[in-house]
Amino acid sequence: MTKYRVNKTKHVDQTKTISFDFDGKSYHGFEGDTLASALLANGVHLVGRSFKYHRPRGIMSSGSEEPNAICQVNEDTDLTEPNVRATEIELYEGLKASSQNCWPSVKFDIGGINNFISPFIPAGFYYKTFMWPKSFWKKIYEPLIRWSAGLGKSPTKPDPELYDHKHVHCDVLIIGGGISGIIASKISAKNNLKTILIEDKNILGGSTIFQKNENYKINNKYSSEWLNEEIAELKKLDNLTIKTRTSLAAYHSYNYLLAKENISDHLPLEKRNGDIRQRLWKIRADKVIVATGAIERPLVFNNNDRPGIMLSNSVKKYLDFYGVSCGFNNVIFTNNDSAYETAVSFKEKGISVEIIDIRKKSNSKIVKNAEKLGVKIYWNSTIVNTLGHRKINSIEIMNLSEDGSNVVGDKKRIKCDCLAISGGWTPMVHMHTQSGGKLDFREIDQTFIPNEIDENHINVGSCNGDFELEDIIKNTNNKVKNFLKVSESEFDNTSVLNSKELDKRNIWLLPNFISEGKCKSFIDFQNDSTAKDIKLALREGFKSIEHVKRYTTTGMATDQGKLSNMHALGIIADTAGVKMGTLGTTTFRPPFTPLTFGSIVGRSVGKFFDTIRRTSIHEWHSQNNAKFENVGQWKRPWYYPINDEGLHDAVQRESKAARDSAGILDASTLGKIDIQGTDASEFLNRVYTNAWSKLGIGKCRYGLMLNEDGMVYDDGVTTRLGENHYLMTTTTGGAANVLSKLEDYLQTEWPELDVYLTSVTDHYSTASICGPNSKKILKKIFPDKDFSDDAFPHMSYQNGKIDEINCRIMRISFTGELSYEINIESKYGKSLWEKCIEAGKEFKITPYGTETMHLLRAEKGFIIVGQDTDGTMTPIDLQMDWIVSKKKYDFIGKRSLYRSDTIREDRKQLVGLLTDDPNEVLEEGAQIVSDINKKPIEMIGHVTSSYFSPNLNKSIALAVVKSGKKMNGQKLIVPMENKNINVIVSDSVFLDKENKRINA
Amino acid sequence: MFLINCPYCGERDQSEFSCGGEAHIIRPKQPTELSDDQWAEYLFMRKNIKGVQFERWNHAHGCRKWFNMVRDTKNDKIHAVYKMGEKPPVE
Repeated sequence: MTKYRVNKTKHVDQTKTISFDFDGKSYHGFEGDTLASALLANGVHLVGRSFKYHRPRGIMSSGSEEPNAICQVNEDTDLTEPNVRATEIELYEGLKASSQNCWPSVKFDIGGINNFISPFIPAGFYYKTFMWPKSFWKKIYEPLIRWSAGLGKSPTKPDPELYDHKHVHCDVLIIGGGISGIIASKISAKNNLKTILIEDKNILGGSTIFQKNENYKINNKYSSEWLNEEIAELKKLDNLTIKTRTSLAAYHSYNYLLAKENISDHLPLEKRNGDIRQRLWKIRADKVIVATGAIERPLVFNNNDRPGIMLSNSVKKYLDFYGVSCGFNNVIFTNNDSAYETAVSFKEKGISVEIIDIRKKSNSKIVKNAEKLGVKIYWNSTIVNTLGHRKINSIEIMNLSEDGSNVVGDKKRIKCDCLAISGGWTPMVHMHTQSGGKLDFREIDQTFIPNEIDENHINVGSCNGDFELEDIIKNTNNKVKNFLKVSESEFDNTSVLNSKELDKRNIWLLPNFISEGKCKSFIDFQNDSTAKDIKLALREGFKSIEHVKRYTTTGMATDQGKLSNMHALGIIADTAGVKMGTLGTTTFRPPFTPLTFGSIVGRSVGKFFDTIRRTSIHEWHSQNNAKFENVGQWKRPWYYPINDEGLHDAVQRESKAARDSAGILDASTLGKIDIQGTDASEFLNRVYTNAWSKLGIGKCRYGLMLNEDGMVYDDGVTTRLGENHYLMTTTTGGAANVLSKLEDYLQTEWPELDVYLTSVTDHYSTASICGPNSKKILKKIFPDKDFSDDAFPHMSYQNGKIDEINCRIMRISFTGELSYEINIESKYGKSLWEKCIEAGKEFKITPYGTETMHLLRAEKGFIIVGQDTDGTMTPIDLQMDWIVSKKKYDFIGKRSLYRSDTIREDRKQLVGLLTDDPNEVLEEGAQIVSDINKKPIEMIGHVTSSYFSPNLNKSIALAVVKSGKKMNGQKLIVPMENKNINVIVSDSVFLDKENKRINA
Repeated sequence: MFLINCPYCGERDQSEFSCGGEAHIIRPKQPTELSDDQWAEYLFMRKNIKGVQFERWNHAHGCRKWFNMVRDTKNDKIHAVYKMGEKPPVE
């Protein structure tokens, strides 16, 4: 046992030794220790350097509010985790942790020079410096800032751990397993309500669990003893789920809460077995009881940040819970009674302790108890300085003036190795405010307490501003009974004895004889903001707390200002001479403590990140060497390289084959919507720009769909299968949105129409065969069918059968070639495809992918919605006036086609572009200009599609150009980084304007 | 994260729904007879109230039905949910 381990407690098993590394040195602790308690047991206080001034910093607290002891865990692996609070790391065999924010080591830190140049780095220095000379920015300032910014190191490899999400519903959720949470849980569970209790520590009981003091008794037992018995009973209740190591991260509206459960972080590495590491609980609770307790406030005085300066109740927890004495010459600096419990605990173990109290007196029982034990108390005194470099070794105190605004008398120096500070308590109202709750300011102890209006959520215990044991038990009992509509509880007659605090005095910034400018009185320890910084911000004109916060960075570190926000507010109020209650607070945002990315994403990683959709023919594509491209969630064959062919060569070959003989494309991914109902034709009339009433049964028609603003939204071919039955196809990416949009109109604007929409995208697989030999191939597959142009003309459809299996054959073309699409139930997709390949063998049928499809349609000047359009193109802009019905009274977007903006003649319009050098292929997205000499150069358009056409043996491109319609034959320039490319505006149809091929 | 009482399915998590903006904007029956300004009023102008607001919602990952909702944007309290075509409740 190390000399600091002075006490045996039931919470730390001193028979089970655990070895761990901190900053490369080996130490021992025991089962039940946190990293912080084990380090303190080894006499290690110095655990890090501060962010800005690199001042030595020590462990300050014992919980999630810890600002200083933030560690890098497992630094030597690629899976290191930064910013973990040592106070929350349960010790396990093999733990390796190290200090952050110091180089080369925590004991000798080069950045410490910032401490000496601190007069030159005041609040907001980021905004004021690094401005000149300009040339310094790239080479000096930026690398320097990047090197010194940030806390800790990020892991470099993907996280191999498993994370989980769990959705739960309950009648009552209780947040916090301290005394009030336990009382609330018991009342709730015993009244037949499905109850969940979550607690962030590994055991229940809060700070009462280590309170063993004559002055605090419940039913005549020590409060800790009584609570232990309650917990034992609680664990037997059936409809109560207790989740320890589970911290609430967020409290959203309608009682939707997120909590993170730590499952394996406390286990030795070899016992984790690849189990789930953390689980995010997504809880929808009917009622929520917040019992998150309170955080002890520090005091703000000169040099209040040395290692060895700790929160008083944490010092007590280390002593009474972990059995570790943080020092042997202890001094307590307080403004309230709660710190006297710490003094009594020390004294009872024979450890030296003295008290500096800023109050003039206190006559409470606990103070008298301390005095009786011989604790020396310096009343009406304050600390004006602390000394000691890597750890505190002494303090200097002076008396306070009558009004507390100044110090008087002589300095007195007191030796100490631990200074426990207590500035009172701050209710943890984070959860209340996250849920949308407001706060009231209570003058008497300068606290913000919840103002409850939501009938489905209450706050109990010290997070509600009840700090005395008696108030906590009585008020929690009454409030919970009321909330859950319960008439009586077992706590109705609980007798409570506690020392009551009678005298209060609060000074946010303690006075000093040294001028304010020379004092280092820290408010935010993690971000190194001092009282001076706050005052500077006020002098520079910042008034709103939100502005002061951002300018000084107070409360913006990983601890989110749990210890600092109240002091910042208090000092602003005092300096500006306003009431603190009128200032309001900054906004508390989730998460309450940092969450791992792993717990947020859960199982949605790797192949579960998003749905992958594959066509029924996918396997054939894979076996035939297809390279795939993502189109929405679909995997579509991109091209099919032969041997080591690249994209360009494969596409040239595929394109040529499709036009010279036959090509085949898997078109299964196109969206397919089955439309039925007596008003189906009328419905199509309203959603497409062209007319549909006269389309014969068995005929196909291409349609353009607009948004109400007149812009092209989607396109596709729709086939009339029967009198009241159509099959609409949409773009692959637009399928879901088109269906939603059509449903919206049907349900909300035209409920009188008898139309039913069904998505059948996944129900049918489609093989699209094109090329001059396609008809011969179809003839082989359907030998009984007449494929003559008279019997089966372009833009028509017929039913067919392959081995008794029904299919639909559409003669439609997206390539400009003679082309057929065969639709078959998806389960037969692959065999259909293989049949087509077999039948096409003698014609060297060539499978082609999306890239070749894009090239072929560009040769023919067919647009792709989303590539050649971008949500600002009307059909008129696309030079597709022919598809806009003049006769129809109305269709979606019609009125917008003649708004003053849409009839402008200088809108960007779709044109073709040919390069002067036929081998020069333009870059898609390249800007287009007409006059390169006039500065600034006006960009008049951009390239939307560009390819080298093997069939035309030259480069072709589609582009949108201002007033492009009138520019046919005009020379334009496409300026690139190192050259200007000369182009000429052409028709957008490059191949077979006469449609000879389609009708071949 | 709201709990929305779909008029067809009952209470469901907000993640099942999508919001379709302001409710009770009726598509003009004779768009061609409107001036540019009148059409623009229908097409573009939407209220963005701090307070009680009438909204269209779609149970996108459920029954796919559209319905209307009255929500106070100050505190996200949902005052009423009703089917398309039904009269909005009087506040």
